[in-house]
Amino acid sequence: MGTFSTNEFRSGMKVMLDGEPCAILDNEFVKPGKGQAFNRVRLRNLNSGRVWERTFKSGESLEAADVMDYDMEYIYTDGEFWHFMEPNTFEQHQADTKAVGDTAKWLKEQDTVTVTLFNGVPLAITPANHVDLEIVETDPGLKGDTANGGTKPATLSTGAVVKVPLFLSQGEVIRVDTRNGEYQGRAPRD
Amino acid sequence: MKNSLWRSAADISVLKARSQLLRTLRSFFDERDVLEVDVPVLARAAVTDPHIDSIVSQVCGEPCYLQTSPEFFMKRLLASGSGDIYSLGKAFRNGEAGRKHNPEFTMLEWYRVGWDETRLMNEVAELIQSCVSVSSVEALTYRKLFQQHLNIDPHTESVATLRAIANRYGEFDWQDGDRDLWLDVLMTHAIEPQMGDGLVLVFDFPASQVALARLDKDDHGEIIARRFEAYIAGIELANGYWELCDADEQARRLEQDLKKRAAMNLPQYPSDQNLVSALQSGMPECAGVALGVDRLLMLATGNHDIRQLLAFPFERV
Repeated sequence: MGTFSTNEFRSGMKVMLDGEPCAILDNEFVKPGKGQAFNRVRLRNLNSGRVWERTFKSGESLEAADVMDYDMEYIYTDGEFWHFMEPNTFEQHQADTKAVGDTAKWLKEQDTVTVTLFNGVPLAITPANHVDLEIVETDPGLKGDTANGGTKPATLSTGAVVKVPLFLSQGEVIRVDTRNGEYQGRAPRD
Repeated sequence: MKNSLWRSAADISVLKARSQLLRTLRSFFDERDVLEVDVPVLARAAVTDPHIDSIVSQVCGEPCYLQTSPEFFMKRLLASGSGDIYSLGKAFRNGEAGRKHNPEFTMLEWYRVGWDETRLMNEVAELIQSCVSVSSVEALTYRKLFQQHLNIDPHTESVATLRAIANRYGEFDWQDGDRDLWLDVLMTHAIEPQMGDGLVLVFDFPASQVALARLDKDDHGEIIARRFEAYIAGIELANGYWELCDADEQARRLEQDLKKRAAMNLPQYPSDQNLVSALQSGMPECAGVALGVDRLLMLATGNHDIRQLLAFPFERV
């Protein structure tokens, strides 16, 4: 991989800092008219999710991180690893708990997700913004109760628990926004 | 996909505010009998300052440099007998782009014959106040500024202490022993963000940051540069000198700069020998200052991003 100089830094760019893959969030150029130019950079450590701030002398460079996003199909989990497949090459990748994290509760077999590979190994898994999942457990539905806005917890096929309107029952398939875990509506039938 | 980058980045109200500002600046100097001069931006010599990078172009088969300020041409005019002069035009600095920088920008520079920097500092305050309303005006030395904000004497404090304090305001990977580097870090990371909304005039800079000002001794016996800077809300607006007139000293500083550039692996461009000759022939004693007009417009319009004040910022040219 190449290197990027401070004046090429753009938000979203992936670079190596202290041996960790990072995504640049923000790059501010500061310079006294007659003095040294600096770049004050905010980066997200893609391993830990933590935000770092670092000042560079302008013109310094960082190694590019071999971090790429791929659309892959989620196949199954064996309890220890989650397995994903590239749809064109059928190449399979296994992600550990650290890479999957909280995303596990949105993973339904055969769904397409974004797998971020770092040096060829899954670093993070991002589900689609909306997933359709079946309710496997909830209190019985209250017929006709569509208007008063009450909610109840429902456990979905992946183990996720979301708040749903009172009229929904076990066995129904709902659409959930994975970014905030909110119920969107009944899944459209195809 | 529709391309909207052809469009001006600036609102019509901003274009009007800029036009008004340029008129105000010109009438300020008209009233004071300062002559407007129009000097080249293209020259065969470049600035030697290691922290300023010129843009190189090929013109009629020879390398030429877009000027980073009109200073050298204006000094040649002063030595030619122009008297008080000002220039309102474009300056170019490579690699400088951000919220407060654009590689091409508008610079106001003026010289007052027979004045020193203290007198000029007052005129800078007057000019700024004729363009924007200022809550207060304060003039203090570089030493006082550091004492006020960080409780240290920037001239005598050890580099190790400067570095230790800097580490409270940011994270740095370098261990350099260069004093000016850490002073610059403290200025940009610690002091500028704490400066109030008033106009702050800072003078008596460290001798190592003399640029093209004269050296002198302050009342602590410290050798200082007779140089000043003007800030509002932590934004550096202007930089002025009691100008160096000694041709030999000028030639020495150009040489020193070129050596520093070589040590820093920076490009070596021809230094301006016409400037040295102008000083040899006798440049009148004077004070001079350069002011960033786009930044003044930021303050006049209350806008925090220079790119919204340029009809076409660098991203759109």
